[in-house]
Amino acid sequence: MTRLLKSREALLVGVIVALLALIASRFPAFIQPGNLVDVLTDTSPLIILALGQAVVILTRCIDLSVASNLALTGMVCAMLNVAFPGLPIPVILVVALALGAVLGAFNGILVWKLSIPPIVVTLGTLTIYRGIIFVISDGQWVNAHEMSAAFTGFPRTDILGLPVLAWIAILTTVALLVMVARTPLGRAFYAVGGNPNAAVYTGLNVGRTQFWAFVLSGTLSGLCGYLWVARYSVAYVDIARGFELEVVAACVIGGIAIAGGAGTIMGAVLGALFLGIIKNALPVVGISPFWQLAISGAAIVIAVAFNARAGRRQGRIILKRAEQEAQA
Amino acid sequence: MSDMTPSGASIPDTTRNIPDRLQSPALKAFKSWETLLLAVAIAIFITNSFLSPYFLNAWNLSDATFNFTEKAMIAFAMALLIIAGEIDLSVASIIALASTAMGYALQFDVGTWGLVVIGLATGLACGAFNGLLVTGLGLPSIVVTIGTMSLFRGISYIVLGDQGFRGYPSDFSFFGQGYVYWVISFEFVLFAGLALVYYVLLHRTNFGRAVYAIGNNPTGALFSGIKVARVKFILFLLTGLMAGVAAVCLTSRLGSTRPTIALGWELEVVTMVVLGGVNILGGSGSIPGVVIAAFVMGLVTFGLGLLNVPGIVMSIFIGCLLIGVIALPRLWAMWRP
Repeated sequence: MTRLLKSREALLVGVIVALLALIASRFPAFIQPGNLVDVLTDTSPLIILALGQAVVILTRCIDLSVASNLALTGMVCAMLNVAFPGLPIPVILVVALALGAVLGAFNGILVWKLSIPPIVVTLGTLTIYRGIIFVISDGQWVNAHEMSAAFTGFPRTDILGLPVLAWIAILTTVALLVMVARTPLGRAFYAVGGNPNAAVYTGLNVGRTQFWAFVLSGTLSGLCGYLWVARYSVAYVDIARGFELEVVAACVIGGIAIAGGAGTIMGAVLGALFLGIIKNALPVVGISPFWQLAISGAAIVIAVAFNARAGRRQGRIILKRAEQEAQA
Repeated sequence: MSDMTPSGASIPDTTRNIPDRLQSPALKAFKSWETLLLAVAIAIFITNSFLSPYFLNAWNLSDATFNFTEKAMIAFAMALLIIAGEIDLSVASIIALASTAMGYALQFDVGTWGLVVIGLATGLACGAFNGLLVTGLGLPSIVVTIGTMSLFRGISYIVLGDQGFRGYPSDFSFFGQGYVYWVISFEFVLFAGLALVYYVLLHRTNFGRAVYAIGNNPTGALFSGIKVARVKFILFLLTGLMAGVAAVCLTSRLGSTRPTIALGWELEVVTMVVLGGVNILGGSGSIPGVVIAAFVMGLVTFGLGLLNVPGIVMSIFIGCLLIGVIALPRLWAMWRP
């Protein structure tokens, strides 16, 4: 019970419920089921990206190129749809996943084979990917009337009361929960981030594990690329610019330790939901959307400070117990 | 040839042969990263003058310096910070916030010097905030400055929204548009002066030695009596201050403030530092390297500009430069037997 109270996930659930109650006390319409579904759908891309980012951060890396990857894949999907309007959606999805995976693998290869610090690699690919969008699109927009109805309709299709976009976020969450808890690769993510030296001695290839984390993050970014472009029915160079900061914020708020090896998948999802609720509540409460950037920045700083303190306290307690046991 | 790697890229040497004699200082200097960079700079200069008939013109060349002087000012402080094993990704956002503060102060009629003081003070305050979080609370600088990167620019957005400040006093324009003598701009003089200051600070003072010591081994530095936290805090202050200086110059040059000012500059500043041969993992690097790297980047972007290459395509080039300059020496070391 005390463990449950201390856990970041329980704390976040509490905060989210309190936040919803606070908003509902003045704007009851906000917690109508229909609106909550809208909030979940609106937050879905953030959830999916935060899941990939969480795995990358678990392995002691960081992926700042997710938003550029999303925008590039989205533009490619949109242009593909304009060029071949008859292309079925599954093909588009496969293209999005594959292109995203390739872009992620490029980051991963540089980190794995050349051991370049991830922050440098992804800071570089952040601009490179974004620049490539300009080159392939010539700075042009792909607008709603150029896209086919099936292309834009897919993420909004309603299944059992939820749009496909929200279902994809839920399914990705479940898939990652299983993967992280039940597969060797999932356990390796934690092992590599927790103690790379020990991971080597247990026979894990640290670089290769980090590579797969980047591939996963890239694949999910690619998936979001198509979903994003289809949902907003527009593709241009600047879509989702700066979104990587929000994704990192979601992970850090969710208790994913930036030093690697600690944090849970549910934490990242709850972190994303927390930011998503705030984002959607701002206009309802009557605060300018221009506050969004500063709020996620402040949230990162506060959450990082909080994570560090929590970690430190835990360390001390363990040492005290060990000392007491040694003396007894 | 392995001396040609920027010191960052050193891949552990498995063979241990002790040379019969040390390389002569002249040979060592010849084989250094800085010399290679200088050769690249000269090559780009010559290529540019062939590619465009407008390149070799004193005024055009003077204009070209504006491409890098402001970024280089920040790069000097950033070089020290990276050598000490930390990084500050919030510099571009500090520029935005400092510029916003100056624009906000316009309505109070503080005068030109008042504006400068406000710009520099905002930079210092932001640097102090980063420094306190990193050294006071012991947080990793990458995440802290990713957070403050969106916090500082976020405050600019809150103040400005989709608006902008303009109407700076006419004598305020001197910092970004003034010339000291003929084609020598004020910014260029400031850049040269700061290069000298940072050269002395890093290569000729105890403080500079402490920066290297911290970057190579923070624990060792602490045990040898260096106040590691204080040195790092000062480095964050300096970086913030330099971002403030750059904000004054840039605001003066543009004559207006928008929340998107200097967007993405952190990438160019870090690229400049890494291109200058500073080890991204800390511990080595030099100011002359960063100075030459500033010229290389300025000449390349100016040359591409003369060829009508759009800015976003140039950013692809800068991204490739950042990755390539670290990757190539490592590839070289891998393929060599």
